[in-house]
This record gives sequence, structure tokens and C-alpha cells, in this order.
Amino acid sequence: MPYNDNDTGCETIGREAPDQASAHGGDQPLTPAQLRSSRRIFIKGVISSGAAISASSYVFRDGVVPGAHAATAAGSVERLITLNINGRDRRVDVLPQETLAHTLRYKLGLTGTKIGCDHGECGACTVISDNIAVYSCTTLSHRMRGRKIVTIEGVEGPDGKLHKVQQAFIDELGPQCGFCTPGQVMSAVALLAGNPKPTIDEARLGMSGNLCRCGAYDHYLNGVMRAAGEA
Amino acid sequence: MAYQLLGKNFVPPDIAAKVTGRAKYSEDFRAEGMLFCKLLTSPMPHARVRNIDASEALKMPGVIAILTPDDVPQFPDPEDLILYKEPYYVGAPILAVAAVDELTAANAIEKIKVDLEPLPFTLDPLDSLYPGGPNARTNGNVANVGLKLQTLKWDAAAFAKAEADTLPLGTPSESWSYGDVEAGFRDAKVVVEESFVTASYAHHSMEPRSAMAYWENGKCFLHGSSQSQSFMVPGMARYVGIKPEELVYIAEFCGGGFGSKGTPYPIMSIPAHMSKKTGRPVMMRITRAEEYTNGYGRGGFQGWVKMGFRADGRMTAVDMYIVGENGPNQGFWDFRNAGEAVSVVYQPLAMRWRGTSVLTNTPPRTAQRGPGENQTASAIEPILDKAARQLGIDRLAIRHINAPDNQGKVGAERTPLTSAYVKEALEKGAKLFNWDERSKRSGQRKGSKVTGVGIGQAFHPSGAHGFDGLVRITPDGKLHIHTGVGNLGTYSYAATSRIAAEALGYDWKNVIIERGDTRRALPWNLGQFGSNTSFTMSRTNFVAAEDAKKKLLDIAAKKLGGAPDDYDLANEKIVSKKDPGKSMSFAEAAQEAISLGGAYSGKEVPDNLNPMTKGAVALIAGTGLIGVAKDMLPFSGMPATFTVGFVEIELDLETAETRILEYVGVTDCGTVIHPQNLHHQVKSGGVMGIGMARFERYVFDPKYGIPLASELYLSKPPSYLDMPLSVQADAVDLPDPQSPMGTRGMGEPPLGASSSSLLCAISDALGGHVFNRTPVVPDMIINFLSKQPQAHRPLQVSTV
Repeated sequence: MPYNDNDTGCETIGREAPDQASAHGGDQPLTPAQLRSSRRIFIKGVISSGAAISASSYVFRDGVVPGAHAATAAGSVERLITLNINGRDRRVDVLPQETLAHTLRYKLGLTGTKIGCDHGECGACTVISDNIAVYSCTTLSHRMRGRKIVTIEGVEGPDGKLHKVQQAFIDELGPQCGFCTPGQVMSAVALLAGNPKPTIDEARLGMSGNLCRCGAYDHYLNGVMRAAGEA
Repeated sequence: MAYQLLGKNFVPPDIAAKVTGRAKYSEDFRAEGMLFCKLLTSPMPHARVRNIDASEALKMPGVIAILTPDDVPQFPDPEDLILYKEPYYVGAPILAVAAVDELTAANAIEKIKVDLEPLPFTLDPLDSLYPGGPNARTNGNVANVGLKLQTLKWDAAAFAKAEADTLPLGTPSESWSYGDVEAGFRDAKVVVEESFVTASYAHHSMEPRSAMAYWENGKCFLHGSSQSQSFMVPGMARYVGIKPEELVYIAEFCGGGFGSKGTPYPIMSIPAHMSKKTGRPVMMRITRAEEYTNGYGRGGFQGWVKMGFRADGRMTAVDMYIVGENGPNQGFWDFRNAGEAVSVVYQPLAMRWRGTSVLTNTPPRTAQRGPGENQTASAIEPILDKAARQLGIDRLAIRHINAPDNQGKVGAERTPLTSAYVKEALEKGAKLFNWDERSKRSGQRKGSKVTGVGIGQAFHPSGAHGFDGLVRITPDGKLHIHTGVGNLGTYSYAATSRIAAEALGYDWKNVIIERGDTRRALPWNLGQFGSNTSFTMSRTNFVAAEDAKKKLLDIAAKKLGGAPDDYDLANEKIVSKKDPGKSMSFAEAAQEAISLGGAYSGKEVPDNLNPMTKGAVALIAGTGLIGVAKDMLPFSGMPATFTVGFVEIELDLETAETRILEYVGVTDCGTVIHPQNLHHQVKSGGVMGIGMARFERYVFDPKYGIPLASELYLSKPPSYLDMPLSVQADAVDLPDPQSPMGTRGMGEPPLGASSSSLLCAISDALGGHVFNRTPVVPDMIINFLSKQPQAHRPLQVSTV
């Protein structure tokens, strides 16, 4: 199926809806009118069947599993695209509705990026796209073509030397459980790239898209300021 | 005493993996041919499954298997279940589907027709206690650990007698008392009496509790997310339906638990069952919404307390009643801990506690960081301030006069505390915070902003005994510390390992910590919960090191002549006291232990070890000198840990926005092992306390019982923007006599100290008004200031 990269955004979200696919009956591209109508069907379906809600979020297709390349009941097919990740071009099959977090974790083996909420609330999945911190769980992989993506696996120097943010987080004992830490590192790296000498208030604001349930904010923030001092 | 390692900062061995993304959590593992499973969960708060029709789903290409309640073990009421035939809460798992990928599994779930019969449900314990009120379970409405599932209804008269804003005092399920409570009230100059509500709220660990499992050579390999390691094994084996020795449990990293992953939990076994059924590895990823309903929550309170005080502030008597909101299942004994906490923190001369634990059709509860103790701190400390104001005494003074010291006692049995330095903590905190000066700012106005200051105190028991320690010295001279405690994220697994290194005089560079995987030979240890690790694990690691030391001295005497007493340990050598030239290295002794065999190399072990420890020693027997022992060190009374918090806030009277200008937390936790991390715990626990005081609570649709605060932005755990602008932490640093090097745990009270001090400061800023409720959300403050009624009914739970 030809995939039109300009045809992403809300249309692509519409394609996630399983009901729409059966209503539409295959893997042909949908017209905007069909998409609008099928989204309504999907929403109605969710309202009438509470049980469906539990399964309708947080799903992905694992490209390494045999049979995964076939068209699915949902009518979605994978398409081979090139993503530039940590300085390397990576060829990878992705679904239209696939998020960057899923591509990284389940197609490219880059499990350092964590999924805490899968809808842009917690920041555990933060990566850097062209020097800007983005939530990879709410970023479509198809949208990342032509961008330079850096993940937690790509912030160390080529010699394996820790990035100054990573070293500062160790020195300040930033992480506790560590699950949010890759995202915290990425946000701090992006913050300092744009503002090498932030005030503590700027740093707090710059980091505020990353939740830490352990509450390790003070030590992370000290880490950011320490890294900035060594900039 | 001067230590080589204790009291000094170090870099924990697992931190580099955390900052580089190399740390592998359960969802980061992959296996050849791995399937994915998805859950079908209950859309209703209470229902009975009449029929499951999965025929359409099973016909779908890529769908491999379905797992229903009939395929998994069931457990006695009211335990948490793996899959529910009668779901008791929205989100309860009913079945699971495995497919070649997750999308197919999710699509298959939507093809399954589940016929549910809706049943009566309840969201409020008082509704359930009212005559004729709904029960959360068909066979009862009251239960807890050690409290049999039963039906309890109060007399309508108890409800009629109470004012609308007062907790009815119906028949309790449990009670205790000591001293003459009535005489205490008679002797009191001031008596305060208040009812209060503390909200239930989700743990919301950052890592959803995903799990992966496969079977190999008759063993189940389970990658789980848990605070604890060895302590998980027997219970998880029971959920999987196998013997403990048939489970290989891998949990090197845990993305946050706060009590919700401290003990075995049933849904982790679903991929193991599915893997057994399909013959392939199975990954079960848990969504944020599923984590909300199956990741547990803190139990709430509807409470009442009456407290009497002498003119000098000494607490003469307490009468307390707690209705615990326990979720639909066995839950946790927060309601009991409330009484215990009051008896410890204020040492009242007489006290009575009554309580019950009521079931509701809301997410299952378990311990959350200071379960019961921290709700109690948040409820009681502001009332203590009210009494201080009525008595006309300083809020620091009323805490100081009641604070426990080394003569402190607990509960009805009057169990002694092992040690307590709360007065010292208060003095240290007051000095750091400059209470004398800052408290004068109370009520000062600056435009629309008013200053409030507050002090809070919280407690938790902090240790246990009777577990096993295991160390090994290999012929390369390295010390391997085998720790089965787990990795909650506090680094205490590493800090307490330093006890063994300290006892043997080891250079930390030559120490390897073995952990996180059954195959690394892990002894039977308590889990990482209940602020216990720094006490319990210090004892086990110490006795293991002592056993190794004895064997080192024996070997030197055998090889070099003389008696063991003629030798001492120095610089990883066994050296003759008389002739320092006569020595042998630990490395040589380890080689010699292998030659000698027997107990020296772990070929023989003491009988009193736990079978798990014996199994662990068997894995490494003959590879070095084995130090292994059960902790039989003297133990009596209760180790208790405390934190006090001091806070200054600025409250905007127009918007109710609160800025925390300064927070000081001081903890009494015995000898400090790892200062940087101790400060971290005081501060970060303090952040969680801000959530308890200001934001976090369950909310449900009252008509359908649907949870309405499951998203993080609705649940609102604190963010960077909520933290204090300035924060300090410190410790009393006085040793506990029952810990070999004086250490005690401290993870939980920092939350309650922060939460209660913040609530006291809000009260202070509002001229002493006490809301008697957590959280105090901005709307409540605005309503109070504008003399409007609150949006919630008195004693209502799960309010917006």
C-alpha cells in the first residue's frame, strides 16, 4: 500500500481504530470523509463497550515476530523507512500509527528509552530531535524521517565517555529507581544545548516535563546545575 | 566510632546503568519467539462473569491462546486474584489473550464477548456500614489481613447520634487500650475532638508492572518488577503454581514501587501461565491505566480523634477511631498502624484505639510508603497545632514535650522502642530552619500573599530479624556479597552490603555485590519495604561477615600455626598479632577453604538456615570461602524511625497557590551509612508528601464507579514545579543499640513529615483553620476564604 507521508497526523490516528478498518474493509487509503465517519464509529464503539477501552491503547506490532509484516485485521501495513538515530541511518519497517518510542524499543532494540504513560504525560520516553526534547511516545515514527534523533544510547562520547549530564547525575546521586532517568538525561541535555547556563528556575522549568515518582527532583536539578557549571 | 566505609558517600554500582539506559527493567527483555498478551479487564465496579465467548478472537490469524479464570489458581476470599470470575473493581483482569504481536492481541480482546451481570457496589465505607447499605463483596464488607471477611453494619442510631461532620462511632472490628483514658481527659486542661478524612490514592510507580516469562528445563523464568528479590519467590511460586525452587526470579531493576511491588502480586504470574499454555515466552506489558487499577493504592481513612493535654502540652489521653477504606480485597492494615503511630509519636499517658477495615469496589490497596503512619501524621499534626493554640504554647514545645526518647513505648503491650531521638531531631531541625525567628513570620501579609510555617512529624517501624546472610571470598581475593533484599531504587542494598565489607576490613574496590537473579545464589532475605533494610540487612550481612572472619582466622591457625585468637584481619590479610611478618592473604585463605571443604567452602551449612539460603550456598559451594549465618543477634522491642519536617510557605489568598519557600527534614535513623543518599530520601520522600498534602486522591463516577483520576495529570503526582525552592536534610546520627553498626531504616517517615508540616503551614497561614482532610486542594482554600460551603460533604471520600 502506498503511504503518503503528508497524510499523517489525525488521519493516521484514525487508522488505529479497529472498527474503522472493518467498516472500510481492507488496506486501501481512507478518504478524509471515511476517516471522520470511521472515527465516530470507533468512539461510539468505545462508549457502548467499556471492555474495549482496556485494550485500545498502548498497542504495537513487533516487526521481528514472523507474520508481523502481513496486513492486519486493522488494515495497517508496515513500510520501510530510514531514520537517522544516534548519527546512523537505520532502515526499519514501521506501521503508520507507530510511535517513535515503539520503533526504538521494539524494532531497533534501543530499550534505554522508557515508556511510562504512553501518552505524553511523564517524559520517561524523552529523546532529542534536532536539538529539541520530544516525547517519543506521542511522536509518529513516520514523522521523524529526515530528522536527527538522539536517544539515551547516543549521548555518551564515541570513546564511551559519559556525557557531562550523565556524570553530574552520578555525582549528585540523581536517579533513584532509575526508570525516568533516561528521559531526565535527555531533557537536561536538550536544555543545556539551548541554554548552557540556566538559572535554577530556568532549569526547573526546563525539566518540568519529566515526572519522577521517587521525587528525586532536587538531586536531578543539582545535577543539571553541576553539568552547566562544567559547560 | 570511626568507620572505614560507613558514613561516607560512594557511587552505587548500579547507577551508571541508570544514567546510560543500560539498566534492564522487565519490559526490556526479549526472547526468541516471544508472544505478547493483553488483558480484558472489568468495565464494572462489581459484576459476575456469566459467559465468555472467545470463538471469534481465537479464529483470528496470529492469536495463539486465551487464559481465563478457570486456567489459573484461585485463592481464598478476600485475597487478590490473578483473573476474576467476579470482578470487584473496574480494571480487574478477567482474561488474557496471547498473540504473535500486541496489536493482534488487542484486536482479539475486542472480539471477545463477555457477558457480565452487574452487582451492587460501594465506593464509601460509611455507605457500606449503614444498615442495608451495599457490600463490596457478595459475602461481606469488612476484611483485612488477620481480619476474617464478614458483614458489619452499624446501628442506625450510631449514625443518627453523630453530627453530620462527626464520624459515627459504631461497633469496631478491633480495639485496644492502655491506661485510664477517661481520667486522662479529666486531668486535661484542653481537650480537642475532630473527625477527619485522608484520601486514598494511587502509587503510580513510573514503571508499569510489565512482566515476561518462559519455561526451560522444568523451571519458570520470570522477569518481574519488584522492590524485593528473595522475598518474592515463595509467593510468586504459589501464584504460578510451582515450588519455590522451580522459579528463577529476575528483578535487577525496579522502576518504583513505594510498597506496591514489595510483596508478591498475582498479575505478574499471567505471562508465566500463558507461557506454560503456549510453550513460548510471553511478554505482558501493562498500560498506565492498567497500572492505576492494578498497581494498588494507599488506603484512605475516615477517622475521629479526641486528645487531652495538660497545661504544659503533655498529652494525657487519646481516644481514636479509624474506618479504613481497604479496597475490595485483603488490602493492608493502615487502620491499625494509625493507632500504633499515635502511641509512638506522642507517647500519650493513656490511649484507646478502635477501628475497622471496610471494603469498597475501588482499586486494591496495599502498603504505600508509611501505610497508616503517614495518613496519621497528616491528620493529627494539624490538630496538635490547634491544641497548642488553645493552650497558648509554642508548636515546637508541644512536640518536644511529647516526643519519644529511649524510654519510648508502643501500643497496648507497651513494647519498648530500641532507641528514639526525636527530641534531638526537633532541636536540630529547629536550628537549621531557625524556627525561633521564622515562626514570627506566621501570618505576615505581603500583597495577596500570606506566610505560614509548620512543623510535622512521622514515624515508621524500621527493622526485623531472623534472616540469613551470605558472603563469599573467591581465590582472586574478591569479596562477593550475596544479597537477596532487592533493588527498590534507594541503593540500600549497596549501603548495607558495606556493613559486611566494613566488618572484614575490605577495600570497597574489591567487593562485588551479587543480586537481582536467583541464579546468583541469593539467600533468604526480607523484602525492601517497611523502612527495614538498613536494620535487617545490616544484621544479616554482619553475621555472614563474622562467620567468614571466624573461618579466615581458623584457616590461618591451621596453616600458619597457633590458635585463631593469635590472628587478626588487616588489609585483606590474616596477620599474626605477635609476628606481623606471619600472614596470609584472603585470596590464599579462599583457596585453602576450597581445599579444606566442609563448612569452609559451603559443602556443609548450618541447619538453621532457610531452605532458600541452603539452595543458594549449594550453587556456590566449593568456589571459595563461604560466610553464611542466620541472624540470631539479640532482638527485643521495636526499632522505630522518625523524621521531623519544618516548612515555610507563601499562600496566595486570591488563587490559593502555595509556594514552599524552605523545607528542612531531619531524620532519626541510627548511624548514617550513606549521607548523600540519606539526604536524598529525606528530600524526595518530602516531595511525595507534597502530593499527599495537596493533590493526590482517588475520584470515581458515583453512578458507575468508573475511576476518573487514572491519568497522571488528573492524579497529579508532584512535579519539578511543586518542589520546595530551598530544601535541606540532616540526621541525628546516633546509633541504634540493636543494629551491629547502629543503622536503622528510614524510607517512609520523610513523606509524612513533609505532608504534615505542609498541612500545618497552610493552617497557620489561614489563622489556624484546620481542614481535617487530605489533600487540601486550592478549591477548599478558596471556599474557606470566601466563606462558601465546601464542594464535598463532611466525611465524604474520593472527592474532587
